[in-house]
Amino acid sequence: MSDKRTFVQGNEAVVEGALAAGASFFAGYPITPSSEIAEMAARRLPAIGGVYMQMEDELASMAAIVGASLAGAKSFTATSGPGLSLMLENLGVAIMAEVPCVIVDVQRSGPSTGLATKPAQADVMMARWGSHGDHSAIVLAPSSVKECFDLTRRAFDLAEEYRHPVLVLSDAIVGHMREDILLVPPEDSNPITRRDPGVDPRDFRMHSDGDDGLPIPLPPFGSEYLVRANSSAHDDTGYPSADPGQARKTIRRLHDKVENAVHRIADYEVIGPEDPDVILVAYGATARTAEQLVIDSPGGLRVALLKLRSLWPFPADAVRELVGETPVIVPEMNLGQMVREVERILGPHYPCYAYNRSDGQAIHPDELAEFMVEVIS
Amino acid sequence: MTLGYRDYLLQDKFPLFWCPGCGNGIIIASLARALARRGTPPNRVVTTTGIGCFGKADDYLATNSIHGTHGRALAFASGVKASNPELTVLSLMGDGDCATIGGNHFLHAARRNIGVTAVVSNNLNYGMTGGQYSATTPAGQFSSTSLYGNPEEGFDLCAVAEAAGASLVARSTVYHVGVLDRILDRALENPGFSLVEVMSSCPVHYGRRNRLPTPVDMMKHWRDHGVPKSRYDAMTEEERREHLPIGVLHETSRADFHSRYAHVQRAAAGGVE
Repeated sequence: MSDKRTFVQGNEAVVEGALAAGASFFAGYPITPSSEIAEMAARRLPAIGGVYMQMEDELASMAAIVGASLAGAKSFTATSGPGLSLMLENLGVAIMAEVPCVIVDVQRSGPSTGLATKPAQADVMMARWGSHGDHSAIVLAPSSVKECFDLTRRAFDLAEEYRHPVLVLSDAIVGHMREDILLVPPEDSNPITRRDPGVDPRDFRMHSDGDDGLPIPLPPFGSEYLVRANSSAHDDTGYPSADPGQARKTIRRLHDKVENAVHRIADYEVIGPEDPDVILVAYGATARTAEQLVIDSPGGLRVALLKLRSLWPFPADAVRELVGETPVIVPEMNLGQMVREVERILGPHYPCYAYNRSDGQAIHPDELAEFMVEVIS
Repeated sequence: MTLGYRDYLLQDKFPLFWCPGCGNGIIIASLARALARRGTPPNRVVTTTGIGCFGKADDYLATNSIHGTHGRALAFASGVKASNPELTVLSLMGDGDCATIGGNHFLHAARRNIGVTAVVSNNLNYGMTGGQYSATTPAGQFSSTSLYGNPEEGFDLCAVAEAAGASLVARSTVYHVGVLDRILDRALENPGFSLVEVMSSCPVHYGRRNRLPTPVDMMKHWRDHGVPKSRYDAMTEEERREHLPIGVLHETSRADFHSRYAHVQRAAAGGVE
């Protein structure tokens, strides 16, 4: 495909982003509103020698992308809330064994089956904390078709760098909207590729760090290195260990490698005047609603948008610095998830307000404007 | 370099952590011999396991491994094998892993005829958690959660695998080691999905609740119950209830997932998008 401007759907842009990142393996189970990702993966991957596998459920889908990644492929899956609930089990394996892979969750309204075709942003905390045990999370949230491409593309790089599963938290609005974007062809994309660990195979320690402080590159199954991916507590070779000191070291390492890299992972954008009366902190489809208020300046208020493209690890320092002492509103299509993190880092006396809607409907600019003028004026 | 069975075992991790009289050690020794006969280097072999007693089998194998979650060994294996069909991929599971919590993955791995060798140590109960009944515990048998007799029927795993589409289905017992060696050779040669069910001893949990309290009792039980398929087929219904057919029980030349997917890749590459 040549460099070109094209009119595509958010879900299609996810697949284009994955291909630009060098993805060659998809395993999934169809679910609304993510199914277009599976369909396009099924069409495109075999044509480049890759594999689309339609698994029996989301437990197997997540397991299969972990297996494929260990066999050397850049792998991904796509689902929605009910499917992510099932994937959480083997997402933990990817975290524990440090296996890079990408999971796209096109959020829909819950709980449970909920409103299957309607959007929501209510998986934010599941993405962070859903899989049991202490662990970290890398979660990106696109608000446009372009960002579906860009963030999926970056998700693969982050997964490789940190040897950690990366979630792309899209939603039914962003996934199904159509916008024109400039596609970067895979050959111009320069994604991070797997390198040789560069050590004697006998000295290979799967859970050690390289000279750059990042986890040592993961050799594929079948190379001269033996790779032991272990869901149980293990030493740095991947061999099981029940030693508390070793467990402390392993859990800390898995946590810190992500949390200490928040400044490198953080991705956000400030849109609007430099000296605003109010700052809207938003992500995903709701960031588009908020952007309209920046343009409209309802009630004569100068409105800025702090659009978060990365949700976890939460860019606390950046948010604190950017908002200064300006009042903040966090609009979300849920009953208040990300706002808890914003409130936590700004402190109990900070003027921080939540605007929430959880009925499968997008937040309309008029309702958010009305709320904003009421609380800020 | 000629490989011996020791090249597939992590002998520095011995002794095995399993109970005295457990059949699992017999199975991994037979597997190591089969791999050595085939001559596939350990770094070209991937072993996937789940959770349970036999889920610890990878701890003693000098191959690549995924020690994953309970019941999902075949799902991890499917991703590995589909991604790189050149690898030799084994899934080592107990009856809890394969037949019970992982039953869905078992059905679908067999249906896809994916090139994975599933070796199931079937000891008729959950050993690791203290001897509860599983999906292969026969009706009426006793376990720590069927104190008055199991109200459920157990699966015939080989029959399930055949019905689901496995291209090679075989069974042995931990007493019939010669049979086990031979069927593992056949399974490793099969490009599609193979089930090797091994009826295994658990004297500590299963045996002592079912009048087979010692390792020797359990071995005699398998010796007396396992019969070649030809002999089993000639038996009366009544005799069959007391016996199990062993050896290769089913074999077809049905196309495996990988040759079919290679066709998909050719069609996609040559087709118009």
